Formats: sequence, structure tokens, C-alpha cells
Amino acid sequence: MSNTAVKPRIEKIPLKEKLFQKLPVFLVPVLALTGLAAIGNPSSWLTLTVAGLAMGMMIFIMASGLTVVFGLMDVINFGHGAFVAVGAFVGFTVLAWLAGWTASPSVMLNLAAVLIAILAAMLITGLLGLAFERVIVMPVYGEHLKQILVTMGGLIVAQQMIYVVWGPDELHISRPQALQGSFVIGEAAIEKYRLVAVAIGLALFLAMRHILKKTKIGLLVRAGVENGEMVEALGYRIRRLFLIVFMTGSALAGLGGVMWGLYQETITAHMGSEIMVLVFIVVIIGGLGSVEGCFIGAMLVGLLANYTAFLAPKVALISTIALMVVILMWRPQGLYPVVKAK
Amino acid sequence: MLTRLLSGDTPRSGLLTALLLIVLISLAFAPFLFPGTRSLETAARICIFIVLVASYDLLLGYAGIVSFAHTMFFGIGAYGTALALSTTGPGYGSLIWGTAAGAVVAAVFALAIGLFSLRVKAIFFAMVTLAVASAFAVFVSQMSWLTGGEDGLNYKIPRELTPAFKLIDEKILGVRINGKLLAYYLVFFVSAILFLVMLRIVNSPFGRTLKAVRDNAFRAEAIGYRVVWYRTTATILSAVMAALAGSLLAIWLRYTGPATTLSMEIMIDILLMVVIGGMGTLYGAVLGATLFILAQTYLQTLMGVAADASSAVPLFSTLVAPERWLLWLGVLFILSVYFFPSGIVGRLRAGRA
Repeated sequence: MSNTAVKPRIEKIPLKEKLFQKLPVFLVPVLALTGLAAIGNPSSWLTLTVAGLAMGMMIFIMASGLTVVFGLMDVINFGHGAFVAVGAFVGFTVLAWLAGWTASPSVMLNLAAVLIAILAAMLITGLLGLAFERVIVMPVYGEHLKQILVTMGGLIVAQQMIYVVWGPDELHISRPQALQGSFVIGEAAIEKYRLVAVAIGLALFLAMRHILKKTKIGLLVRAGVENGEMVEALGYRIRRLFLIVFMTGSALAGLGGVMWGLYQETITAHMGSEIMVLVFIVVIIGGLGSVEGCFIGAMLVGLLANYTAFLAPKVALISTIALMVVILMWRPQGLYPVVKAK
Repeated sequence: MLTRLLSGDTPRSGLLTALLLIVLISLAFAPFLFPGTRSLETAARICIFIVLVASYDLLLGYAGIVSFAHTMFFGIGAYGTALALSTTGPGYGSLIWGTAAGAVVAAVFALAIGLFSLRVKAIFFAMVTLAVASAFAVFVSQMSWLTGGEDGLNYKIPRELTPAFKLIDEKILGVRINGKLLAYYLVFFVSAILFLVMLRIVNSPFGRTLKAVRDNAFRAEAIGYRVVWYRTTATILSAVMAALAGSLLAIWLRYTGPATTLSMEIMIDILLMVVIGGMGTLYGAVLGATLFILAQTYLQTLMGVAADASSAVPLFSTLVAPERWLLWLGVLFILSVYFFPSGIVGRLRAGRA
């Protein structure tokens, strides 16, 4: 029997094509080096690069959920920003309760407080995601126009509910002792919190890659992106998979919200819709549905935003739009197109 | 004659006709029926927003394209007029070329965005326009040497359109016939003409093809219509109309700033007005805009009363606080997308059949 088994034939891709596929990866170092050339001063370049990477990581955390949800379910959630804002508000509330812990000089207590805040925020936004999926998104699967409208409506209601629960004023909170201040390397000052953000973002990216590439559920998600009907025909409940992914995506938005909130130290109910602009740009640059593309896109946007903020502050946001235009002219579907244009 | 004026697209429902007539008559005689500055402001706002919302409906309801850049075009029109008036002085010449320049710039922007992103998916267009519009709003508020930044621009308009100008000394029906009244009627008639033009557009063969593209782009393409061309043209037309509405607002307010023209809040307002009024019918824009602006102006007062009355119930009273009116409209919006996607107008028309 074993003699007759047909070996799967794996097509060999020529090296040139492989390199071409990997080309987007090199964009980040190229941009960083261009930044170095434009700024000229290595120490301010280092500060800006770390700041850019930190910002990129935080955007990645928020955008990754959105892009996976889109890839799997063909749903773009314009209300994603609401999860970011709710996450930030929940996180801040918890941190305010744990004010004793955050003010104490003990690093462990500080980190524990932040961890609890993050977990609480992710729990609440995950549950909110559950409600959002069941009530708002479920009736409109497959209808893009209605999805956009309804999730936008969800965003309005969620933002107003933030006003109802937390009041109309913005919240301020300072970072825990351990995350304040910065390291000085040579002449470059690097904020500690930014390093933490980079570490968390990187860990999340690696974890997501691992889950998507190596585990059963990741396999199902990837199969679902490719052909949802087939997965269903093989006996998997794709609706439940949708729900899990949606909740994870929402929880990640909550995580991103807490981290962004701690970065800015001030949060408003509108922070979600403000950040969503960057998140959308990143998702478009990366290619809708692609986690890798989203990661590279986030790095590019973070670095570019910080470099231009230093070199020409007035055009910072325009520069990210310009980046999007350039990338789309090169690859109209984004860096790593996953979902075919329907 | 009337049917011709309405391009053969009559309201087709007794109640709808009655409501539209009420709106028309109230707006036409607003200065006499509802004296007072506040109600005149509201009436002018309704006129301008009817045009703006109808132009958005051209895109959303007829072409099935979701754009979040509509306020950008509105703002381009407003800033075009505002810049022309503030740099070259208050003359009719600068008024006209400013308006025209605004419309042309809006058309060019719409063409660029359309060619760029309409080839892909509807959802893509929505995201790109959202990003571009936000960037534009930030850009405008940062170019303070030109646009006045967050403070916006204050400027003079031709003297005949200001309250200082008196046409006749006597009052007619207790109303002073001054420049403000002329300005109101300028806004009213231009809005009416623009509305009729749009009605003409959507009932032309072009409008019909647009609906075909909306309902089944693949089939329309197969029959031989160039889908991208139709979508892009619809985007441009709606952008130009929005820009003209912006110019009207600039003339009426004598002030143009990011908050009145470019903000995301206005974009969301427009979206609510279109969906609540009824997508895919321009009469929906009339009802949606009228109801929404009346709610915006007067519902808050009503909710204030409700909040005072229920102040004993802790959570409920915060829910009906006057600042939370958008919450309820948001809920109404979601419900209307689900249960009556054709809005008030669709409901009224279905009721008759």
C-alpha cells in the first residue's frame, strides 16, 4: 500500500521569486536607514526609532485583531475603536483602584497592578466583543454595506455609553513608578515604557504567529480564511470559531487601549476613533487579513510618523497617507494580500 | 409641469407628500412663520443639510458606496468660498470664483480617490476615505496661516446679504426685510435648485445604471457598462454637490472652521440622516435632515425635561440627560439599518402599497 501512496508534490519556488515575496520585510530597515540619513544625529535617531517601534507595536496590537477578523469573517468592524477606548477606560479604572500598588517603589507590585489592569480590560472588551458579535454583527454577515453602517452605529452607542458610565471628562493617570523615566544610552534617552511596549508587541506577534502556524485552532482559522464553507463541510462549527476570533480581536483591542492610554497618560472617549485612522492605514498597507503584513505596516507607520514628527511636524499624518498611497501603487492589495478582492 | 420638475419621481405616498409639503412650506416661509434668529438659523441649516445629505445619498443609496470623506468635500467647498471672500474682499466676483474653485478642487480630489480605491472593494473605499478625511481635517487645522487653524476664518460677505442692509424700511408681516432674509432666500433657492438637479440625475439613465451597478456590479459589467466609470462619476458628482452645500454654509454663517465643516461628528450626523430618512431615495434626505436637525436643536430640551423628571432614578436620568441624545439616535440608527433599511420614506411607501 505504502508504495502506491502519492507523495504531495511541493512546487519549488525559484530564489528570485522567494526574495520578491519577502521584499516587504526589508522595507522596515530601509525606512530606518533612510530616517538615519535624513535626521543625521544618531542619538536622536535612536530615540525616535525606539519611539516609532513602540508606537508601531501598539498599533499592531490594536490592528491585528481587526485584520484577522476581516480575513476570517469578511467583516470589517468600524466599531473596533470603541473596544480600544473601553479597554483604556477599564484599565485606568483598575489602576486608579490599585493606586497604592502603582505608587509603591516595588517593581513587582507596579507590574502586578498593570497586569491586573490589562487582564481586566481584556476580559471586559472580550465580553463586549461577544455581545457585539451576537447583537450587532451577526444579522449582517455577508452584507458589507450594512456591516459598515451597523458597526459605525455600534461605535456611536459605545462612545456615548462611555460618557454615561465614566462621565464626559478625560481621565489622567500617571504610569507606575517602574515604568516612568528613561534609560540613557550615550546621548539617546529611551523611555522605559517604550521598551516594555516593544517587548509586549513582539511577544504578541510571535505568539500569534505560533498559534496561527502551529496549532489546530490556527490551522482552522487559516483554513477558514481560505475557504470557510469547506471548513464547515468538514464538520467544524465555523460560527463558534468566528465568535472566538472576534472576542480575541476585541480583547486585543482592549489591551492596545490600555497600553496606548498608559503611553499618552490621558484618555478620552474619542481616542478609539482617533486611533482607528492609523489602524486602518496599517491594515490597508499590510493587506486585509494578513498578520505579517499588519506587523510590517505597523512598524512602517510608527517609524515614519515619528521621523516626520521630528523633521516636519505639520505633515506627520499626511506622510502616513502618502506611505499608504505609495504602497498601494506598488501592491494594490497591500503588502501581503490574503483575502482576494470580492 | 410639476412631474417634470420632479423628474417623474413623485413621492408616491399620500402621507409622504403631505410631510414633504409641510417641510417645503415651512422652509419657504420660515422667516414669517417662525420669527426669531434661532429658528431662522435652524431653517437655513436644514436647507443646507438637505443638499448635503441628498448628495451623500447619491453615493450611499444609489451607488452603494460608503464614503467617510463627504465632510471633506463639504469642507473644501466651504473653505473655497471662505478663502476667496477673506483674501479678495467681499464681492460677488470672489464669492462666485471661490465657490467654483471649491467645487473643482472637490471634483479633482474625488476623482483621485475614486480612481485609486474604487477598483477594489466597497469596504476598502470606506477605510481609505476615512483615513484621507481625517488626515485632511488635521492638515487644515495645522495650516493655520492659510485656514486660521482651529479658530477658522471669519470674513465679510457682500453687504446686501448682511443684516445691516435694508431692502424696505417697513416691516412685512412683522418681519424686517433685511439682508439676512435675502441670504436666507439665497440659501433656500439654491438648495431647492440643487435638490431638483440631483433628482434629475438619479432619475436619468445614468441614475438607473448606477442602481444596476449597486445591485449587481458583476452583471452590470457583463452587460457592458463600465462599472468603475459609473462609480467614479457618482463620487465626483456627489463631491461637487457637497462642496456647493459647503459654500452655502460658508455664505450663511460668515464663518468657516474645522468644527462646522470637517469634523467626524458631522460625517456621522450625515450618515444618521441618510439612513433614518431612507437610503436610495432623495426624499429620505429631506425628511432625515429635517428630523435630525430639529432633534438636534429641540430634542435636547425635551430630554432635559425627562432627565429632571426622572432625577430620582440614578442610571436612567444619566441615560436621558440632554447631552446623551446621540446615544438614542445611534440606537435608532442600528435598529433602522436592521428593520427598515429603506428608512422613513420606504416605510411610508410600503404602507400605501
